[in-house]
Amino acid sequence: MPQLFPQHAVHDAAAPTLALEHVSVRYGSTYALEDVSFTVNRGDQVAVVGPNGAGKSTLFNVITGIVKPSRGEIHIYGSGPEGHICVGYVPQRNRIDWRFPATVFDTVLMGRVGKIGLFRWPGRGDRARVQEALEQVGMAEFAHRQIGELSGGQQQRVFLARALAQEAQLLLLDEPLTGLDAPSQQAILDILAKLGREGVTMLIATHDLNQAADLFPLIMLLRRRVIAFGPPKEALTTETLLEAYGSHLHVIHAADADLLLTDTCCSGGQPPVGQIIGSGPDEATPHYEVSPPPRRTRR
Amino acid sequence: MDALNWLIEPLSYGFMWRALLAAIMVGVICSVIGTYVILQGMAFFGDALAHIILPGIVLAFLLGWPLAVGALIAGVLAAVGIGALSQRGELREDTAIGIIFAGSFALGVAMLSTVDSYAVDLSHILFGDVLGASVSDLWITFGLGLLVLLTVLAFYKEFMVLAFDPTLAKVLRLPATFLRYLLLVLVAVTIVVSLQTVGVALVLAMLVTPAAAAQLLTRRLWTMMAVAAFIGAFSNVVGLYLSFYINIASGPAMVLVATGVFVLVFLFAPERGLLWRAGRDRREEKVAG
Repeated sequence: MPQLFPQHAVHDAAAPTLALEHVSVRYGSTYALEDVSFTVNRGDQVAVVGPNGAGKSTLFNVITGIVKPSRGEIHIYGSGPEGHICVGYVPQRNRIDWRFPATVFDTVLMGRVGKIGLFRWPGRGDRARVQEALEQVGMAEFAHRQIGELSGGQQQRVFLARALAQEAQLLLLDEPLTGLDAPSQQAILDILAKLGREGVTMLIATHDLNQAADLFPLIMLLRRRVIAFGPPKEALTTETLLEAYGSHLHVIHAADADLLLTDTCCSGGQPPVGQIIGSGPDEATPHYEVSPPPRRTRR
Repeated sequence: MDALNWLIEPLSYGFMWRALLAAIMVGVICSVIGTYVILQGMAFFGDALAHIILPGIVLAFLLGWPLAVGALIAGVLAAVGIGALSQRGELREDTAIGIIFAGSFALGVAMLSTVDSYAVDLSHILFGDVLGASVSDLWITFGLGLLVLLTVLAFYKEFMVLAFDPTLAKVLRLPATFLRYLLLVLVAVTIVVSLQTVGVALVLAMLVTPAAAAQLLTRRLWTMMAVAAFIGAFSNVVGLYLSFYINIASGPAMVLVATGVFVLVFLFAPERGLLWRAGRDRREEKVAG
């Protein structure tokens, strides 16, 4: 029986930021996650990649404590996830109702609600923290805009500011770059890099393997299990990719290089990506369109 | 002078005074709670709830209990029933609500039909009887309404997070389940308070219409609530005067005025109104061409 108004957990500074031990999540008879174990240290930036349905959202949900694992344990700074309000999350933009009557300032202030506590109103300190967060992401001048009146990149920055105002130590980002143009993506990446230097730990779910390999120091390849976890060169090999993507992925031995075709899907709306593994000039990278195999959707 | 007379004359009747007070209070309470109802996408649920609590209200009416007590009991039972039907995943939740909704309503009407004054009572419960509001009705409306508004005030920021981003509510460790049930209870109490004024069949309009109009005019939650409350109270007062002068039923008159206000806002709201947007498109075409 969870407490109605839980106490907030105290951090053990010596413990790793995030540690999962043999975590399994089962929905009915199917496993969404199976025996997942890994450790993420303070300031790490981990891109979580894998085919659709690999368990990326489930992984995020057990880390935030929304979903209880059927087996195994999750430790955030040494204790279970339930009491922590230091886990920030940046939702996919299509999950948000942008007509909601809230300004940029209001939205970022929502990140403070856990800290403020029940039956209290935001004080001067909270407002100052919100203002600071807005300045950090370069959105201060938009504070009084309604959130629907922003561009996609600006909206994403507002949600980063919300996590900053929350004083999140562990940040979960769901497809943060999807659907943004190159300058907006760069703006987000700059903010993430700055946060990393400040010791904020990040897990970034993405379906774009190229982007993950280019931009993030650590890759977690997920398909129900952790198939590989490490720097891109070690984590993304033909072997691990085949294991992760299986039938979704085709290895083609072209004349100049081995070609891996993956289907990338779906909610993000990014085109499928073809990637050259091995030698071969970049300009020659052919982009093949591979349609995803028919899937049964069930919730 | 004529206009002033037009406004003052109905107030020489005691029942009009009481009706006016009830109409204003209900307009405010419904619109404030209605803000959450539309932001949470609970409109269908609100309508269902209004019908579902009918047997409880009739039972309380027959036994001489306070109507709110009967309504709350029926509301809780129905929530349990809906949960039990939809939990196993064989029925969608809206199907389960539909079944319970229609069944409860039929039960309530059947129970009411055992009473001699059936036709009158039924029409009052369906469409309200604001002109019959007694002083004690007003006190109950005032008391329950105050309770609802204070609760909204107390949990303002938590309800806002829950409506905007339920995942954030969980990540911030807000008592999300408790808040969700609390909101359902607030909606149920609001419906009970409104039955006297607009009745089961039209209470949905009180919850949804002023709030929907307000959303097109505002960009913050508290201003949306304030504007909704103003539109709700204004529509009810105008509706009451209309019903007095052109002799139409008061509940429907109020709802019609609110609907008219919504249509005007939908067409003419700055930035978001239909005509405004059409005008902007044309301006942009001119610039582009």
